[in-house]
Amino acid sequence: MSDYQLDCQRLLCPLPVIRTQNKVKELAVGDTLCVVCTDPGTKNDIPAWARIHGHSLVSIEDKEDLIYIVVRVGA
Amino acid sequence: MTRQHKAIALISGGLDSMLAVRVIQEQGIEVEGINFFTGFCVEGHTHAIRNHHKDKEKRNNALWVAEQLGIKLHIVDVIEEYKDVLLNPKHGYGANMNPCLDCKIFMVGKAVEWVKSNHQDGFDFIITGEVIGQRPKSQLKRTMPIIARESGADDILLRPLCAKNLPETLPEREGWVDRAKLHDFHGRNRKPQIALARHYGLNDFATPAGGCCFLTDEKYSSKLVDLWQARHSRDYELDDIMLLKVGRHLRPAPHFKVIVARDAGESKFLEGYRKQYPSLYSTSHNGPMALIDGQLKHHDDVETAAAVVARFGQGRTAEQVEIELTLPDNGTQNLVVSPLASEAIPEEWYV
Ligand code: SF4
Repeated sequence: MSDYQLDCQRLLCPLPVIRTQNKVKELAVGDTLCVVCTDPGTKNDIPAWARIHGHSLVSIEDKEDLIYIVVRVGA
Repeated sequence: MTRQHKAIALISGGLDSMLAVRVIQEQGIEVEGINFFTGFCVEGHTHAIRNHHKDKEKRNNALWVAEQLGIKLHIVDVIEEYKDVLLNPKHGYGANMNPCLDCKIFMVGKAVEWVKSNHQDGFDFIITGEVIGQRPKSQLKRTMPIIARESGADDILLRPLCAKNLPETLPEREGWVDRAKLHDFHGRNRKPQIALARHYGLNDFATPAGGCCFLTDEKYSSKLVDLWQARHSRDYELDDIMLLKVGRHLRPAPHFKVIVARDAGESKFLEGYRKQYPSLYSTSHNGPMALIDGQLKHHDDVETAAAVVARFGQGRTAEQVEIELTLPDNGTQNLVVSPLASEAIPEEWYV
């Protein structure tokens, strides 16, 4: 289970990335955030964004038309 | 101890901003990127929606560029603020609904705000990939100082690719940046950029044709103008401008428009809007999802919309097609219609 969840269903990139970026600013190092998306572009964009900013990707999972992307906040 | 000077770069995802960053990084300066999402950016969207883009890698160019450059990228949602830029551009529009000069002034102005609020972390100037003479109107020798002045950036705005053709800026004067190592590119010829890209070992880069956003697109612009005319108001919400990127748009009457998906990917995307917009699809044949923007005032309107939707499904040659109409707060209706023949759809219905 992730510490936090963020609903980005129906949002198209780069909005899910922007929402993730803004949410992560409120979190502490080590927290995990699960972003729930529908735009397949998020599978590339959220991990790319995480790499650039030093956060780590925990998992990406497709389940019943939804995409669950879990990131762990880095230092 | 001398203070480390840092730059914030406007990153569009194209080659020029990528090169501008490299040139400044070469001088030992730390750079971070900033990218603005106006709602009209070509990035991602349609790629994610339409089927035939499936095999193309769905990457966000600005993020990809940032990763290649090894810089952080801040993506800023400016959808609301951008409305004023698009609706009231002081310097007017380009060939279509693109207010490029005002847009540049706005974005550099936002970067100035960013520098002010991150000054304590060492940020004190802005770089862009602009090249004199590259784009009509927004990248002319005459407009470069207008952007610097009206954005409030003045001499903290440095254009590394054409700096030698422009007056000295603060980072050059103060010696943070060596002017001799900057460039003097100008005009539409892309050869110097390509050569510089090679020099830096950059082979894979996006080359956006025309512009960085949908507002430079003629068809998109005419759909936007049609929307404003139909609503008697020059305004828009994010959903409006997203929907303009999707499907065929047909306007059988001034008070309503039918948005018909062009493939399964678009149908799925439009499905997400069924709680907000009246929607139609065929229950007797395979066919596209369609939405209604506006009002179906009379029964005739309903029949016309249904016949249009039937025309684009597999029942197009059938005698009769069953169509289900769902109103967001008023349940569903089932209709049986004869599909419109394609020649029966007037050319002027296509927005
Ligand atoms: S093409 Fe669009 S995003 Fe680019 S400068 Fe012009 S209006 Fe702005």
